Amino acid sequence: MGEYNRDLSQNPCHMCMPMGGILALKGIEGAMPLLHGSQGCSTYMRRHIAEHFNEPVDVASSALNEKGTVYGGKANLKKAMDNVRRVYQPKLIGILTTCLAETIGEDIRQISSEYQAETECDCRIVTAATPGYGGTHTEGYWRMLRELLVQLTAPVEKHERINLIVPAALSPADLRQIKQTLALFGAEYTLLPDISETMDRPYEDCYGKMADGGTPLAEIAQMAGAVATLELGGPVDAKLSPGQLLQDSYGVPLYKLPIPIGLANSDQFIEAISTVLNKPVPAAICRERGLLMDAMIDAHKHSFQVRPVLFGDPEMVFALAGFCAENGMFPGVVATGGGSAGWRKAVAELLADSMNPLDVIEETDMSIVRARSEANQVNLAVGPSVGRYLEEQADIPLVRIGFPIQDRLGAQRILSVGYQGTALLLDKMVNCLLERKHKTYRSDLFQAYYQEREVARHEL
Amino acid sequence: MGVPSILENRQQSIVFKGRKKQEIRCETDSEAGCVSQRACVYCGARVVLNPVADALHLVHGPIGCASYTWDIRGSLNSGADLYRNSFSTDLKEQDIIFGGEKKLTAALDELIPQFQPPLVFVYSTCVVGVIGDDLDAVCKAASLRYGIPVKPVQSSGFIGSKSAGYRAACDVLFQLIEPPQPLEKDTKRFRLNYLGDFNLAGEAWIIRSYLERIGVTVNVVFTGDSRYEQIRGAANADLNIIQCAGSMHYLAGKLQEAYGIPCLSVSFLGLDDTAETLRAIARHFNDPSISEQAEALIAEESARVMPAILKYKSRLQGKKAAVYVGGGFKAISLIKQFREIGMEVVMIGTQTGRKEEYEKMDSLVNEGAVILDDANPAELERFMLEQGADLLVGGVKERPLAYKLGVAFVDHNHDRKHPLSGYAGAVNFAAEVYSTLGSPVWQAVQGGVRHGRV
Repeated sequence: MGEYNRDLSQNPCHMCMPMGGILALKGIEGAMPLLHGSQGCSTYMRRHIAEHFNEPVDVASSALNEKGTVYGGKANLKKAMDNVRRVYQPKLIGILTTCLAETIGEDIRQISSEYQAETECDCRIVTAATPGYGGTHTEGYWRMLRELLVQLTAPVEKHERINLIVPAALSPADLRQIKQTLALFGAEYTLLPDISETMDRPYEDCYGKMADGGTPLAEIAQMAGAVATLELGGPVDAKLSPGQLLQDSYGVPLYKLPIPIGLANSDQFIEAISTVLNKPVPAAICRERGLLMDAMIDAHKHSFQVRPVLFGDPEMVFALAGFCAENGMFPGVVATGGGSAGWRKAVAELLADSMNPLDVIEETDMSIVRARSEANQVNLAVGPSVGRYLEEQADIPLVRIGFPIQDRLGAQRILSVGYQGTALLLDKMVNCLLERKHKTYRSDLFQAYYQEREVARHEL
Repeated sequence: MGVPSILENRQQSIVFKGRKKQEIRCETDSEAGCVSQRACVYCGARVVLNPVADALHLVHGPIGCASYTWDIRGSLNSGADLYRNSFSTDLKEQDIIFGGEKKLTAALDELIPQFQPPLVFVYSTCVVGVIGDDLDAVCKAASLRYGIPVKPVQSSGFIGSKSAGYRAACDVLFQLIEPPQPLEKDTKRFRLNYLGDFNLAGEAWIIRSYLERIGVTVNVVFTGDSRYEQIRGAANADLNIIQCAGSMHYLAGKLQEAYGIPCLSVSFLGLDDTAETLRAIARHFNDPSISEQAEALIAEESARVMPAILKYKSRLQGKKAAVYVGGGFKAISLIKQFREIGMEVVMIGTQTGRKEEYEKMDSLVNEGAVILDDANPAELERFMLEQGADLLVGGVKERPLAYKLGVAFVDHNHDRKHPLSGYAGAVNFAAEVYSTLGSPVWQAVQGGVRHGRV
């Protein structure tokens, strides 16, 4: 809540806009991100992303220097496009601005049209304004997706495909699960963006600079004619929502859904597919749903002991809050570095039944998350790797989910969506507490009760 | 595929030992669109200053710059740990329009009373350099209000390369150093400053223990596990030894100029360099007891670690290494260190090496080796394959590329969790090289997915 917010940040819980733009572009077929700004931005972000996925992450920079900053960076940007095309032969270059480019007033749209006219290049160029001061990485992510749609779509004939738009916090494994679900329905769909292959690549006998996979550009061009858009962004603001844009511009009906983590959230996703396709839910999915319910019942007495702090991207945290609530794991803190008053209200409604002290905090940092977690006696943290400090300094164990996860391997394989993924996540959270319990309960009980016996013996 | 992986403008930054004599182009701006592995001025300043453990490090800028550098480097500390927090003024659109000075002042007014640091660093970022916030004035005013140094660091990302950030950091460190205490006549003391060790995985502690064993006192380490009080007193040393020269030779130069403190370039990477460094320090102090103790330490420690090193060497003999690291000192030391374990360096490059460092590398490598300045993934890929490298030394960004190419990998970057300095480090290094080159995984996955049995 607002009362904890300060006019500064101590240990950030989020990243900046261009980071999100890069993540979005990494899920587009043959796309190469190009940051218009100083060299450091791309390097920092590459490092963060590479550490999460354990994949090579190439991002170009216009490498603006002092001269470019004073006299304009047009020449740098054009040269950067030349060089990127020569080395990577991309199908699309996604130009993202940074603090620097926006502050000196670079018109990247104009520069890129000029470039296309001058070079007759066959590579598509999409631009997005993503100044670091303009918002969080998730906002940069949504903005890049919206710009892809604005710049690559036009009215087309109606067809039977579904648009499925996913948030930044999902893993390649999550996306593979979602694709499998759609395949079980026999659905034709366009997944935007799709990092399931680009950011989780097999070991092969030869390495390609550009990863296979990603949303095909030809499919993006058709998104305006889809039967519906399912957007897994939860309460994402309408002005950020790519699905909203498709609805407003082309009349594609929009289903705004939470990330399918949790029974109810997954139900919403499955029901939406079933409704849009007018098909019954496949038996295999019904069975998975039953298995999740069974897992929830098996775990329920343990899960009731879990009092988590949830932090990370607003879309992820929102979905986690619903999942925790339905399992009785009422959180002590629900926090995001971004979010809005609307997000806070939506989360608070999900948790209205909780009898535990609860703080729902938007636009916050990890120092506040830690302070409120200790105050509200949280016993488990759920979020990305910035939570390792809760583990190290406040002794709150961390279940890693979201982006970035830098201090453990396998972020690309973490599966948390759908009935199956939810059951895995539930096990992970509960087992984390059980592990602690088994480690300490003997000594805890000894400490608590044995001393009284000592006194009794003394009296003998 | 007909894709030119070496761009025309990059050709001068790539030379081959023994082919026609061509001076390497270095210490220049990165080429646009080349996917340089370099970071920025701010990064350079931040990595140098961040290990100052009791300082409050405040980034004046948008959130990203603080977010990507929170607890950067695995610099260990004893006691004070304020430096492990990443503070930011978190500038937003409104601040860019109306200026960020008020927000900076408010942040200092909140943080200084709360944490009572002896010293504050305020880092400038790209936007701050453009919107023209008067960092000097705001910091000076805060300094007067609280009676502690509040130091602006001129590290706007676009004003140069990472090396410019090193210089910005050195400028600030130099400002903190006070004139030396007058010495009693004929006082003999053996006290040095150790520059360019950031106490990654406790490395500065290891080196300090060696120096103490030979009778030399470490006055202050720049900047691993350092404190404001120690930095202030840096002029009370008789010698500066510089390890990471890229970041610190500028500060050593300033200290020599201002206070006449001589300096010595050193390296504690590898057995030979460590021994040679200890001897050079002893020679400098020209004291028989130091020499004796140094020789005793070298003999004792070498004898202790040699069996392990030789064991690894027997398995590593003849393998080829590629090296791509931040600075020249590390690159030079690695060539020698690989030789100690029977390996040859066939590709060597750095982000910010200086001309004289590249000349030194050229003199050390074998004919045909490639030397690169400010390389990019396409070049690293090409030359690792062309030169037949079995292993790459690099940082986080380079690791997945090496693995995808089926090349072994050694982490030699900020966040390593085991020391690579001194004798203990030499064994760790050999062990790490063996753990990646000798892993049976490479046999198991030979040929990649298409050659699988299924």
